[in-house]
Amino acid sequence: MEEINKTEARLMKGNEALAEAAIRAGMDAYFGYPITPQSEILEYFEAEIPKRKGLVLQAESEVASINMIYGAAGAGARVMTSSSSPGISLMQEGLSYIASAQLPCLVVNVVRGGPGLGTIQPSQGDYFQAVKGGGHGDYHLIVLAPSSVQEMADFVFDGFRLAEKYRCPAMILTDGALGQMMEKVVLPEEGSLPHTIPAWATNGKPANKERNFITSLFIQPEKMEMINIGLQEKYKQMQCEVRYEEFHTEDAEVLLVAFGLSARVCQKTVELAREKGIKVGLLRPITLYPYPTDRIKELASKVDFMLCVEMNAGQMVEDVRLAVNGEKPVFFKGRMGGMIMSPEDVLEEIESIIEKQSISA
Amino acid sequence: MESELLIEDLECVYKKTSALTDTPLHYCPGCGHSIVHKLLMEVVEEMGIQDQVIGVAPVGCSVFAYHYMDIDMQEAAHGRASAVATGVKRVRPDKYVFSYQGDGDLAAIGTAETIHTVNRGENIMMIFINNAIYGMTGGQMAPTTLSGQVTSTSPYGRDTKQVGFPIKITEMLALLPGAYYVTRQAINNVAACRKLKKALRLGFENQKLNKGTSFIEVVSNCPSGWKMTPVEAMTWIEGNMFPVFPVGDIKVSK
Repeated sequence: MEEINKTEARLMKGNEALAEAAIRAGMDAYFGYPITPQSEILEYFEAEIPKRKGLVLQAESEVASINMIYGAAGAGARVMTSSSSPGISLMQEGLSYIASAQLPCLVVNVVRGGPGLGTIQPSQGDYFQAVKGGGHGDYHLIVLAPSSVQEMADFVFDGFRLAEKYRCPAMILTDGALGQMMEKVVLPEEGSLPHTIPAWATNGKPANKERNFITSLFIQPEKMEMINIGLQEKYKQMQCEVRYEEFHTEDAEVLLVAFGLSARVCQKTVELAREKGIKVGLLRPITLYPYPTDRIKELASKVDFMLCVEMNAGQMVEDVRLAVNGEKPVFFKGRMGGMIMSPEDVLEEIESIIEKQSISA
Repeated sequence: MESELLIEDLECVYKKTSALTDTPLHYCPGCGHSIVHKLLMEVVEEMGIQDQVIGVAPVGCSVFAYHYMDIDMQEAAHGRASAVATGVKRVRPDKYVFSYQGDGDLAAIGTAETIHTVNRGENIMMIFINNAIYGMTGGQMAPTTLSGQVTSTSPYGRDTKQVGFPIKITEMLALLPGAYYVTRQAINNVAACRKLKKALRLGFENQKLNKGTSFIEVVSNCPSGWKMTPVEAMTWIEGNMFPVFPVGDIKVSK
């Protein structure tokens, strides 16, 4: 990842740090609709953008927001929207069109507990939706999972950069706790992410040039298959963007795998376990798509078992199991509906697994 | 050989506008879309704005409009053309932006986007082709299908007690302060086409003056969906569409 100049430390909410970072990242336009627990993003833009630069528009729905994003991205602007789970569900049709038309944009999902209207408390229940496509057809988003207010700000820059590099929608998959909590954040410097209008954009056809059109309609199956092959090729190229963080994995006998807020809980569990002499390590995927499959596979040969910890009913654990491919046992510990597990809960789970394994051995 | 010489000697008094591509139109014989495409692109050529126009095509029969109009265009999701046009116009306010939608797209699935785009007074031209039917999917009932009109999903005629009445969305939109110019035109004869062309030009001119939304409904036809010859379809517009959708300016702001 490119090093971004950082100059200024502030105490900020995750949602506000993210919004401030977007302004500093040179976002041309934001289209959004209020929903808890992410309304501060829209509110921040409405207060700040008139005094600074860019454009903010409160749309009549998430459906309208994502289609405004389509139009503005197609015209070559650097654009962003944000919402929380039910609103992101409403955007899925638009995201499928954006992925197919190969438009760059940044979408932020400050996840809340579901399904349905659910709760406004934090959750990781939208993992499947985020990393497996979410809308119709074969496509992926680039998915970044912050675990601190600092990363809420930093990943805006990474999100725009990756979206534009691959002409692919990028998503920051965070949750209500990271959006609402306050932490120290060193904000990235303004103007460090240059942007020009791409040649493919619909910006008015110059007299001596072919017209540009943005579409996701390829009625001949032969052509549609070629478009799909191109998309899949792009997803393969993206694999080099995999990012993850490791904590005490060198000598780990037990590996925790967790992203976002759950990874922060697990970091504490690692410390508690090591105080008790249990060699626990943590792998935190930072990119959820592309996924650190290869690293998880490598670690499988070194540990006794893995425990995947998520604030859902067990979603990322499926990708961990695919990576491990039966080589070692992969267990799951989760809370749902807006509940967060404690570091002690996770430690208790580890101890119980060890006990059961030693009995069966 | 002789005929070629003859053509060379003739003075060119009329030709296809250069703002249309040479791609053969996929529209059925007699379809109003071809007429509106031509008039719209003639206006673009005459105003000399081909390099400054961005169009947004809908889902429906005119989904391929970007194959025919030689301008930069985007193809929107069903019903969302005015939201897409909003996105384009907001980041490119110095360009001319239009959306082009049919009745199912604009007045059923996209009703919310339609109303709110006009209510914001987006400085764009919205073109609304009303032919009282879903053409692309094979002639189903549309929000503007007339009472008693037979379609594939109202095989016994539109029963207003069950499915409501043909929606007069253009009159509804005229109530909104954001609507600067609201008109209903048609394509049933040459005089009507000339009036429509003037309205389309006014839509672009209003945009240049930053006046807000210009909304132009076109009472059109669907010979295939209506199961009529092109001539019968034009006559049917006059006898059946006009009593419900009368032609003329609905709102002209000063």
